Amino acid sequence: MDFEYAPAPESRSVVDIRPSYGLFVDGAFTEGHGEPFKTLDPSSEEPLAEIACADAADVDRAVAAARRAYEKVWGPMPGRERAKYLYRIARIIQERSRELAVLESIDNGKPIRESRDVDVPLVAAHFFYYAGWADKLGHAGFGADPRPLGVAGQVIPWNFPLLMLAWKIAPALATGNTVVLKPAETTPLTALLFAEICQQAELPDGVVNIITGAGETGRMLVGHDGIDKVAFTGSTEVGKQIARTVAGTSKKLTLELGGKAANIVFDDAPLDQAVEGIVNAIFFNQGHVCCAGSRLLVQESVADELLDRLKTRMGTLRVGDPLDKNTDVGAINSAEQLAKIRDLADSGESEGAERWSPPCDLPQRGFWFAPTLFTGVAQSHRIAREEIFGPVLSVLTFRTPDEAIEKANNTPYGLSAGVWTEKGSRILWAAEKLRAGVVWANTFNKFDPASPFGGYKESGHGREGGRHGLSAYLNV
Amino acid sequence: MPTGAELRGFLHGLPGVDQVGADERAARLGTRSIKTTAKARAIDLAISMLDLTTLEGADTAGKVRALCAKAVRPDPAQPDAPKVGAVCVYSDLVGVAVDALRGSGIGVASVATAFPAGRAPLEAKLADTRAAVAAGAAEIDMVIDRGAFLAGDYLKVHEEIVETKRACGDAHLKVILETGELRTYDNVRRASWLAMRAGADFIKTSTGKISPAATPPVTMIMLEAVRDFRDATGRTVGVKPAGGIRTTKDAIKYLVMVNEVAGPDWLTPDLFRIGASSLLNDLLMQRRKLATGVYSGPDHFTLD
Repeated sequence: MDFEYAPAPESRSVVDIRPSYGLFVDGAFTEGHGEPFKTLDPSSEEPLAEIACADAADVDRAVAAARRAYEKVWGPMPGRERAKYLYRIARIIQERSRELAVLESIDNGKPIRESRDVDVPLVAAHFFYYAGWADKLGHAGFGADPRPLGVAGQVIPWNFPLLMLAWKIAPALATGNTVVLKPAETTPLTALLFAEICQQAELPDGVVNIITGAGETGRMLVGHDGIDKVAFTGSTEVGKQIARTVAGTSKKLTLELGGKAANIVFDDAPLDQAVEGIVNAIFFNQGHVCCAGSRLLVQESVADELLDRLKTRMGTLRVGDPLDKNTDVGAINSAEQLAKIRDLADSGESEGAERWSPPCDLPQRGFWFAPTLFTGVAQSHRIAREEIFGPVLSVLTFRTPDEAIEKANNTPYGLSAGVWTEKGSRILWAAEKLRAGVVWANTFNKFDPASPFGGYKESGHGREGGRHGLSAYLNV
Repeated sequence: MPTGAELRGFLHGLPGVDQVGADERAARLGTRSIKTTAKARAIDLAISMLDLTTLEGADTAGKVRALCAKAVRPDPAQPDAPKVGAVCVYSDLVGVAVDALRGSGIGVASVATAFPAGRAPLEAKLADTRAAVAAGAAEIDMVIDRGAFLAGDYLKVHEEIVETKRACGDAHLKVILETGELRTYDNVRRASWLAMRAGADFIKTSTGKISPAATPPVTMIMLEAVRDFRDATGRTVGVKPAGGIRTTKDAIKYLVMVNEVAGPDWLTPDLFRIGASSLLNDLLMQRRKLATGVYSGPDHFTLD
């Protein structure tokens, strides 16, 4: 029997999108003085709201507000008091989780299943986790009374808008810093809803400032003389520009950049779970994941069997309306990103790799790209070297464990890697050899606030999450 | 007949199952949202896949006849409700059920082979089977020797299935793995392949007498096994989770799993059955709710 799932859309009525949004500075929404821009629903290309753009004076204003709050209120406040605010924010995030999840899916295009089951729970978990550290910093291994840095300028990407905000803001606030955060141009709405949550939590004015705008606003923020710390998550190209901007100043810098992770499947792997892991590694969040397992390295002796199973599984992926609870793969975030994915996928074909996608009807409007697999990929192909940041998997094979490690490490990136084998000793051996910040064994794309995350080589430096994540915001 | 060494080599050469990953995948499938028309179709399909079961020491001819009446017409208020897949009873009550179901098109399934423990001499198990078939059972639900399986004597398990299959004649053979006693997912996968190679028409999770009975991850691993077995041999084997499935929501989760793991080919009572008793009334209650828009209380559904 053909078991067709009826549409099961999550209701939009839980969110209230205003026609226009200002900048959140010093505890209040204020006008921006740059040219406002629109944010779109990527699944329909419908404009959602007009967003203010911060110009140089607005950035000055936000940084000044953060400085005041740091010196007068937040810096001197005892850790146990800061913790109360963070716990309060975490609880409000849980209470308003459905609203946040729906808004995230509307603005970003990611499936509601992911925003509901992954993004928002992790956001709350991050605030809870760092709230717990706020009054225990003397026990974190950085001396008896580690001091905050001051004002942090934070620039975050569009792939996990709210989660990246949490990764940035929670540790900064827990350690006693204040922040000016710029969300991505295409996904500002949940950050602005978070600003409302700060108001609801009665967070002192100026502790969190959220300024919207495009790349230019971000450049002004990271280059501003009034900030003590720059935290950036985004592309390696922009990360390099920021590193140049910050060089020679006293600003502390953490960068979390691109990746081209290898997901290595050995011949003794639990194959059905490996297939799931491969799917989670590359099709989670439409592949808009810096640590995505975009290179599948499979041992040649099981390659055919694994690929057969993978193709069957890919045939069951449901692509479409991000708000449908049964959607597995949502919309590509922007026209620009879609063009980039298409360009790289086309290069895969022209360079001689074999392209495959399951039959799948894509909606007429909006930005969509079918889950795609390339076989016969060589290390020299662009699709094996460049970050695609889309639902495109490059499959390479290897013959021996040494060859697998050699190929996995043969990339300028080093953010994450996956190892699939039933042999515990091989997991430990591979984890030791892989030059990647995170190595997942028999799983992929698992995140926890207690676990540090960050890259080797051109994937960035510094760690976010866990005890390690505190040091990025402490004067140590 | 394979040798013990060949069997062991084959079963231990199957890819392992990672427990964390399997649990996660099964839970993920459980988040599918099945609404409106899809739910209505799923409920009717689930009813038609039910092996309506009574397996009590206290079973009587009267109890079995009442159950059979319910099997034929599950909801007197809604005559369009489908009839169930089969009625499942102990072997000594097969004759009663066959008489009660004559002309209804519903088959009688009988547990046999010293159900549920299976701790009896092979001759006794085969006599049990032959008696059930002679009384008219169309399907035999046998239990494997879990002791032999856990001791690594795969050949003994294999031989008993082969012998029971022979004793079944034309009756279909469902092989109960009793996964609650096998414990590990690797064992579930091996036992599934062992049963299929020995000639099982269906592989079934549980007797219902051991906890845990059917669980989503165990059923998923068995669905993967029948899928892979068909790819390897061309023969299609059915799956029957039994025990512990009590709500419509649970039943629909199993159907989603069949659909996405084994594939839509298995969405037929010929290849997927659910062993349950109290589940039927919940399915009927949800069915009537979809048709009328209101819930009817439990006293509007018959207890048989």
